[in-house]
Amino acid sequence: MIKNKIYKILFYLGMIMLIIPPIFVFIWMLMTGLKTGVQNIEYPPLFIFKPTLENFRAVFQQHNFLKYLINSFIIATVATIISLFIGLPAAYSIARYRQGMLSIGILVARMTPFVSYLLPWYIIFRRLNLIDTFTAMITTHLIITLPMVVWLMIAFFEGVPKELEEAALIDGCVRSETFLRVAIPLSRNGIFTSAIIAFIFSWNQFLFSLVLSGPKTRTVPVAVYNFMSYGKIDWGGIGAAASIIVFPVLVFAFIVRKRIVEGLTRGALKG
Amino acid sequence: MKKLKEKIIHFVDNHMHIVFPAPAIITLFIIVIFPIIYNIYMSFNKWKIGLGSPNFIGLQNYIDAFYDPRFWNGLKVMLYFSGLSLSIEIILGLLIAVYFNKEFKGSNFVQTIYIFPFAATPVAIALIWCIMLNPQIGVLNYFLNLIGLPGSLWVSSPKTVILSLVLVDVWKWTPMVTLIVLAGLKSLPKDPYEAAIIDGANGFQIFSYITLPLIRPVLITALTLRSLDNLKEFDIIYTITQGGPGIASETLYLYSYQTAFKFFKAGYGSALIIIVFLLVLLFNVVMNKIRYRSEVL
Repeated sequence: MIKNKIYKILFYLGMIMLIIPPIFVFIWMLMTGLKTGVQNIEYPPLFIFKPTLENFRAVFQQHNFLKYLINSFIIATVATIISLFIGLPAAYSIARYRQGMLSIGILVARMTPFVSYLLPWYIIFRRLNLIDTFTAMITTHLIITLPMVVWLMIAFFEGVPKELEEAALIDGCVRSETFLRVAIPLSRNGIFTSAIIAFIFSWNQFLFSLVLSGPKTRTVPVAVYNFMSYGKIDWGGIGAAASIIVFPVLVFAFIVRKRIVEGLTRGALKG
Repeated sequence: MKKLKEKIIHFVDNHMHIVFPAPAIITLFIIVIFPIIYNIYMSFNKWKIGLGSPNFIGLQNYIDAFYDPRFWNGLKVMLYFSGLSLSIEIILGLLIAVYFNKEFKGSNFVQTIYIFPFAATPVAIALIWCIMLNPQIGVLNYFLNLIGLPGSLWVSSPKTVILSLVLVDVWKWTPMVTLIVLAGLKSLPKDPYEAAIIDGANGFQIFSYITLPLIRPVLITALTLRSLDNLKEFDIIYTITQGGPGIASETLYLYSYQTAFKFFKAGYGSALIIIVFLLVLLFNVVMNKIRYRSEVL
């Protein structure tokens, strides 16, 4: 009995040790954002202090962060929606007709280093005068979101029982109707999950925006990166901006927590 | 008019396996396949972006890479960084997963917390690590001093820069490996464990003779998946060090980026990217072979 209890206490001590590192970085991020400039460069580092929202205010007022948030939101949303529109039928077809070759093609998109898309796109967009436009940003973000959506949805569509679709066919539906009226409604959860995962990946994307965006379409990862290169490093600003960027991602990740691991491993398990 | 609509529906129905994937295939061809082909073509040319037009020079870019010390440095850094971070992530991920592989209160909480590091925006996370790794006032050196160890120069010294970047990568990705392995462990059959306990096997024996062989395919999957991203790690390294100090942490992938977008050498940059691509491909083919073999056995 006592031995059991000690064992339990030790286990939970271990558990705490194992969740401190992941949590600590996020806490430090928020604390950096809530400290004044002077507090941030104090040594030893301050753990207890009077928090200020000054940095958060400055991030929005001086650095125009709202605009970058809106840019990121527009790009990620539009890229995700387009990916759903063209990705869902493709995933359905791959799931129903076992089109293995197509799924390999999608894996190639996941494997290729991003720079190898970036250079041709940079050259083309420069010629077409499309650098720093939403067209350029959304097009390149499709490279991330479209394969993601297709990969995730293949599994969900495979899970839709064929019998239900056959019943609909007997009731007089045509095949494309069974897709719209049976497969899509039945995989609502899957569509929601893959949309959120695609959105997160687009939101986090740094490299494409670094090269192809400008003042008009700059996304939040590039905006926060630029905090570093203003000469004097504004630590409080970085902490505040990083917290603002990461917050929606954590909320979304929390919503799809049950499926995110399954979703991320699928590509490798099947390939 | 009505007839035409019926005809279209009929056509879609009969050719669904072509019509349905067509938009996605065409899009992927334009945004993915075409750039890759263009990239291969460009790697046989000499061209400075914005100056004149591409000059066909055959394999010269690849030959140049062979004689470029910075190329070999990039390859070395890449192997060092990836080899070390991938091994630590797999081993640590496995051990933590085994630790958490039981029913306990807070299991869902732990699994949720473990999603956060790899879901969070890499650039934001990298910047916070930059602050924590600061040699003068960073919180990590403070912790080291607290337990009586001397502070480190972290990313400011060529000697410790790669190890520091490995630390950040391990922090970000070990949780994902843990969750993948944990999902694998939960789906393992129970019988071998019961038999082993009856036979009086101890914990270590159970781990090395039952768990490890059974979980191997999952480990290889996790490694394959991680390598896809790890071999082309960009955000963390670029944000924290930009390849510095000097070129001490410049991976081949980072070098290819710098060549194309800092020095604007489109041809040579393309050749370097193709080499990175081939390395990733090679690694994946090897991993697939190993996985196939471990599944057959």
